[in-house]
Amino acid sequence: MNLLINGEKKTFADGINIAQLLKVEDVESPDMVSVQFNGEFLKRHEYDAAYPKDNDEVNFLYFMGGG
Amino acid sequence: MLKITEEVYNTLIEHVKKEYPNEACGFLAGEEAGLATVIFPMRNIDESPIHFTMEPKEQFNVLREAIKRGVKLTVCYHSHPATPARPSQEDLLELTDPKLSYIIVSLANKEAKLKSFKIKGGAAEEEEIEVIR
Repeated sequence: MNLLINGEKKTFADGINIAQLLKVEDVESPDMVSVQFNGEFLKRHEYDAAYPKDNDEVNFLYFMGGG
Repeated sequence: MLKITEEVYNTLIEHVKKEYPNEACGFLAGEEAGLATVIFPMRNIDESPIHFTMEPKEQFNVLREAIKRGVKLTVCYHSHPATPARPSQEDLLELTDPKLSYIIVSLANKEAKLKSFKIKGGAAEEEEIEVIR
């Protein structure tokens, strides 16, 4: 299926959930990212149960903070 | 190597000076990795001289605007009002997107000093900056 990831069209295996998608996208620390799934924020405990469909939009951004 | 347009460079310096003595933060974006042609100054919700935090909702608004303008977020920048232009221990622990460049602007001396780093696995590697017209 095709998904829009941070504005970029990418192809993924059908049936992938958000937690798996973050792994495919080389996110080593899922705790450090915020995810919007079709414009809605997902809570971390929802990653495993959220299954994108063809042409859905998933945006993720890392926490940005420091000293 | 990170290439920044002169206009973005100047706007970035203006932004961090305006926020002094607090830390300033924001994103730069470009058509490809290693390029910064657009600046998105952001709010430091900590309003602190020693910390910065971006607000997630504002981050996503910036991401959407970047997508609309056909550019990618390539750089996260912040300032060190009173310390050198190198990542603090906190920066090394918390700035974890390996795809971004991280610019740090020091205002510890009279002139703003700007350096760029790649941060991966808690280690920083400085990269050269070229200002382009």
